Amino acid sequence: MKLELRGITKRFGSLVANDNIDLTFETGEIHALLGENGAGKSTMMNVLYGLYDPDGGEILLDDQPVRFAGPGDAMAAGIGMVHQHFMLVPVFTVAENVVLGHEPTSAVGGLIDLTEARRRVKEISDRFGFHVDPDALVEDLPVGVQQRVEIIKALSRDAKVLILDEPTAVLTPQETDELIAIMRQLKAAGTAIVFITHKLREVRAVADRISVIRRGKVVGTASPQDSAADLASLMVGRSVNLGVDKAPAQVAEATFRVEHLTVIDPVGTRVVDDISFEVRRGEILAIAGVQGNGQSELAETILGLLRARSGSITLDGQELLGGSVDDVLRAGVGFVPEDRSTDGLISSFSIAENLILDLHGEPPFARAGSLSPARVAENARLRTEEFDVRLTSIQDPVSTLSGGNQQKVVLAREMSRPLRLLVASQPTRGLDVGSIEFVHKRIVRERDAGTPVIIVSTELDEVLALADRIAVMYRGKIIGIVPGGTDRDVLGLMMAGVPPQAAEHQAAEHHTLLGGSDPAAPADRDEEIP
Amino acid sequence: MSTVTAPQPPSGSLQTPDAATIQARIGLRGPITYIGVGLISLVFFALLTPADDTTRFMVASSRDYVEISPFAVPSQATAMVLSLGALALAVWATVLTFQRRRVATWIPILFGGLVLLAFLVWVMAGNSNALPLTILLTGALTLSIPLIFGSLAGLLCERSGIINIAIEGQLLAGAFLAVVVASLTGNPYAGLIAAPIAGAIVGAGLVLFAVRYRIDQIIVGVVLNVLVIGVTNYLFSTVLTQNPQALNSPPRLPTLPIPVLSQIPILGPVLFNHSFVVYLMYIVVAVLQVMLFRSRWGLRVRAVGEHPKAADTVGIKVNLTRVRNTILGGAVAGLGGAALVSAGLAFTKELTSGKGFIALAAMILGRWSPKGALAAALLFGFADSLRQVLNNLGSPVPSQFLSMLPYLATIFAVAGLVGRVRPPAAEGIPYVK
Amino acid sequence: MTTTDTLVAPSAPPPAAEGERRNLLQQVLDASWLTIILAILMALIASSVLIAAANSQVQATAVYLFARPSDFFGASWDAIFGAYSSLFRGAIFDYEATTAVRRIRPITETMTASVPLIFAGLGLAVGFRSGLFNIGAQGQVLVGAAAATFVGITFSMPAGVHLVIACLAAIVVGALWAGIAGFLKARTGANEVIVTIMLNSIAVYLISYLLTTQLLAQGGTRPISPVVADTATFPLLLGSGFRLHAGFIVAILAAWAVWWLLERSVLGFQFRAVGANQNAARTAGIRVNLVFVLVMLTAGGLAGMGGATQILGTDKSLQASSAGSIGFDAITVALLGRSRPLGTVLAALLFGALRAGSPLMQTSANTPIDIVQVIQASIVLLIAAPPLVRELSIFHRIATLFGYSMKGARA
Repeated sequence: MKLELRGITKRFGSLVANDNIDLTFETGEIHALLGENGAGKSTMMNVLYGLYDPDGGEILLDDQPVRFAGPGDAMAAGIGMVHQHFMLVPVFTVAENVVLGHEPTSAVGGLIDLTEARRRVKEISDRFGFHVDPDALVEDLPVGVQQRVEIIKALSRDAKVLILDEPTAVLTPQETDELIAIMRQLKAAGTAIVFITHKLREVRAVADRISVIRRGKVVGTASPQDSAADLASLMVGRSVNLGVDKAPAQVAEATFRVEHLTVIDPVGTRVVDDISFEVRRGEILAIAGVQGNGQSELAETILGLLRARSGSITLDGQELLGGSVDDVLRAGVGFVPEDRSTDGLISSFSIAENLILDLHGEPPFARAGSLSPARVAENARLRTEEFDVRLTSIQDPVSTLSGGNQQKVVLAREMSRPLRLLVASQPTRGLDVGSIEFVHKRIVRERDAGTPVIIVSTELDEVLALADRIAVMYRGKIIGIVPGGTDRDVLGLMMAGVPPQAAEHQAAEHHTLLGGSDPAAPADRDEEIP
Repeated sequence: MSTVTAPQPPSGSLQTPDAATIQARIGLRGPITYIGVGLISLVFFALLTPADDTTRFMVASSRDYVEISPFAVPSQATAMVLSLGALALAVWATVLTFQRRRVATWIPILFGGLVLLAFLVWVMAGNSNALPLTILLTGALTLSIPLIFGSLAGLLCERSGIINIAIEGQLLAGAFLAVVVASLTGNPYAGLIAAPIAGAIVGAGLVLFAVRYRIDQIIVGVVLNVLVIGVTNYLFSTVLTQNPQALNSPPRLPTLPIPVLSQIPILGPVLFNHSFVVYLMYIVVAVLQVMLFRSRWGLRVRAVGEHPKAADTVGIKVNLTRVRNTILGGAVAGLGGAALVSAGLAFTKELTSGKGFIALAAMILGRWSPKGALAAALLFGFADSLRQVLNNLGSPVPSQFLSMLPYLATIFAVAGLVGRVRPPAAEGIPYVK
Repeated sequence: MTTTDTLVAPSAPPPAAEGERRNLLQQVLDASWLTIILAILMALIASSVLIAAANSQVQATAVYLFARPSDFFGASWDAIFGAYSSLFRGAIFDYEATTAVRRIRPITETMTASVPLIFAGLGLAVGFRSGLFNIGAQGQVLVGAAAATFVGITFSMPAGVHLVIACLAAIVVGALWAGIAGFLKARTGANEVIVTIMLNSIAVYLISYLLTTQLLAQGGTRPISPVVADTATFPLLLGSGFRLHAGFIVAILAAWAVWWLLERSVLGFQFRAVGANQNAARTAGIRVNLVFVLVMLTAGGLAGMGGATQILGTDKSLQASSAGSIGFDAITVALLGRSRPLGTVLAALLFGALRAGSPLMQTSANTPIDIVQVIQASIVLLIAAPPLVRELSIFHRIATLFGYSMKGARA
């Protein structure tokens, strides 16, 4: 089956997210769509999948124009999609999720035939060696398995074209390897695969054809043999410095210590399990791991958002555990939350108000319980200038800013007071390359000023670009702390729970496709867009 | 290749207990509630009851198919046995909690039943009248019918993600139209058919504002209640009072005893000697229970209420599902309104007097499932029936406190004293692609 | 630095620069004041259908509508005009009255009726701005009224002091009553909508019980309290010919205080932050749970004060029905006022006018006061859905012919 997009245009208000896009996807081919965050890849796929109505252009299936009123039509036409944020109902079982929308029913009364539903799951699951239990509740499954459920879901509808939207974001390198194997298997079986990503390494390893999207337009096609630097400059529109410029760390004494920290969630899971580590002044410690292995909880516990069950967290000898968030912030902790739109900013508040979110009660902004609008505005002018926030007015709601500028507002706020510890969770998630560079530069500058820095990131590229040391978390435990330049295969195995020594051995024996020993790229880790 | 080191715990670390022994804190709320209620039962219902009082019960009157003469029990001793039984259960539940084992569902139910019986024994202690159990239970069922339909309406909407605060208005609209149509046609069944239409119209209003204009669903619900109260009050004061004979004198829905079944002692008159609307309730609850959790329709509805985007991506029309369910819910609530006046009651201003909110409470207490809603609504109906019976017989408890019971129970429920309640995840959030 | 920053996420609203390009027509027709005026007009039109339909004269002429339509429309006009003109005479200015005092008396009645609505509406507005949907003003008004009554009938104190103590009692009791919901939300996450709805009903039963006891009935046999002492009543502002009392001035001051609290105070910043985004507020070190409790205490205190003004200013004695529909009307008041203090005062005056005018409408035009509730609910529904108002509006329909875009309108 051949799927073709002709002149697809999609606007949101004044923003042209897709501008006259032409693309063709063919059977038995892995076609990668490469583009940085915000380039318009997902919008295009949502148009293709019937979720958005295009403002112009047409979709052709085997040269016949088609119109998709909704995802139902797209699926009926043989298009399947694995979304970046999984489209699974957490309280349903695997079988229920897979059959949702095309349920097998018994003869009487429209009741669901669960036996048949389980059989469908097992059949596909066995064909690809997925080992998925049809009766497991989706919310109990690890993300890697949830992704397989998504793939089963698409395959159970006989998808001829399978769209994978940033599928590797949640996987370890080894899991990514398995996914690539699955993609190749599907390709051999005649499925057309659309692989959306911003990771050059994966594209070069797996794609048959590469289309690069920038600012809503297809700016060119490339071959997997092209160099990473070429792909990167095509993607970003200028030559990109693929690494982070940073001097060797000038490490001083350790001022931040976490000892035997255990956090148990309301359900009784040990989300942080007896963790100990320390961070020294002037170094960046990265906490790596697959999403959901306790990193977020660790960061939130440091801030005082979550209560620890036992252990201690000390900063300059002062115990932080047991204090409120306010106490922790006053102790000199700067905190960049993982999700800026839900935890970092109040979207309906003005930029100026967001810049004093955690300082609103203190002089000079407040006196005797009363706020001073003039001081708040003055602060906003200074901060937005320093952090190069592009804005119309500091009184505009912060939601009018782009993602990159929003993140700068968060950074400007958190770095506007003298810090004794900076904790940044996923500091560049969803940002474009320019903003990523800016954020990384500021973080390194904070390190060089002698602040101990903790970066929590699920992106191995970011971890490798920034970290002086790397702590890998797995199921609430720190599986090991390794130096900054560690081989990504070793890190990947550690992220899957293999202890450091064993991981090193295994990695030496078996390298992943994307692993460290790619002879074509000697300065391997610098090759990636972080 | 990099050198790899295992994490070194910082030197001079504090002595902490062995990591493996640290476990989640045990939730003490459950045990404290059980034992507290058990002790209250023991002290107030048993120990403080005069030793020589007796409590008389009447299970079947001479009008019933099988007559059973009233009997008396010694109040203190009976209440003592019941309370001690309840306390034993409380201790058992506490032990289970401390052993981190699950407390089975039957334990709270039996516990509640024992405490309730102890309460009844205490309340009627020394009363010369006998407590008419059959009348009490029949009343409980009858009074709970509007609540059951109401809470089914609520869960039909909420399972699809629309919060229905307008149950009160739907009940009221249903009752109004049922009265008017039944009066005009002289046929009570015509009223029963008309009532769902009125409820559905209110439901349509709710979903119009909630889905098309994306207004906060709680706001719409609250305001729709005011609107329906206003319109029905207005029409009552004008049209209905101008011509009460033609418009506001509905005939009674006839009682249809089910052959054989209605002759079973106690159960017969309580369950099988009612009008059509009660039997309809049995059917609706059973059908909804099965359909919601076993059918294609139910799976899709629940998917829409939990994760609408996921539903959309598999081709389920999210907003259409919500519109259908909310209108259907309104219609079911309308039936509840008809049930409210099925005894041939004339319409009066604000006839529902907050029953819609009790229905909402029953839905929450029943955890958004038809059978749960049925149980909770029956409990509330029982409290109401008890209030009416005790009003006639005289009791040491002011009737106002019995009237408060459903509301108090709901506050305890949402405060998590009787286990966590978890509403559908996407409830109240408009779906925008 | 690249220019990629200008690419905002698809979900983000269009950049502010677009606003400048919006033409004048679009700006005027999308203005919220126009929406409000149109919504009020449409609600009056919708209600006039009910007024005409229930009028016996109209019903009689409808029978021969096609034979002589002028009769039908004449009768309809008479019914509608009669109802609304008497509503106006009862609420604003009675041009048919003989004395000057009687002529201006209606507007003072409107102001009097608005006092409890202002207080309760302000309380709800504070809650709405803080993200708490407090449906419980009804119960809070009632317990506040009961507390004020208790102080007013039980103690004897010098004038003024007695009034202040009675009001304080109402504020404290109202605050505590609402505080239950705030506390439960903070401690257990219990949904405040459900809890406050339940507390409303509990308040009614509690007060009707207390009205049978010595505490409030004080020897009487009917479920009504004795009249409060003169020392505890609000002084009248315009002499004994009018019922307007000093509570109105206190209400205006309260509105100013709430404005200061929300817009200029540190605490208000926290309230609004929690209302707009709890997670971000928590991450910024704001004690969200404490804010929940403080918001409910503030809201309950204001509603309780509203109850006090109803008893100490107008009713003078308490019944279980003393709160009337103040609490529910206050929800519509706060919504119509968009949870802003000035808006709340204006909305309370509007609904106060409807309440004050409705008795005259009932007696002189035979239109039951219940129509007021219909008008109120319709206004709020329409206000909440500006797109609906635009769709229904003739002006906007015509304007589309001149290039006005309804879709381009801001919500």
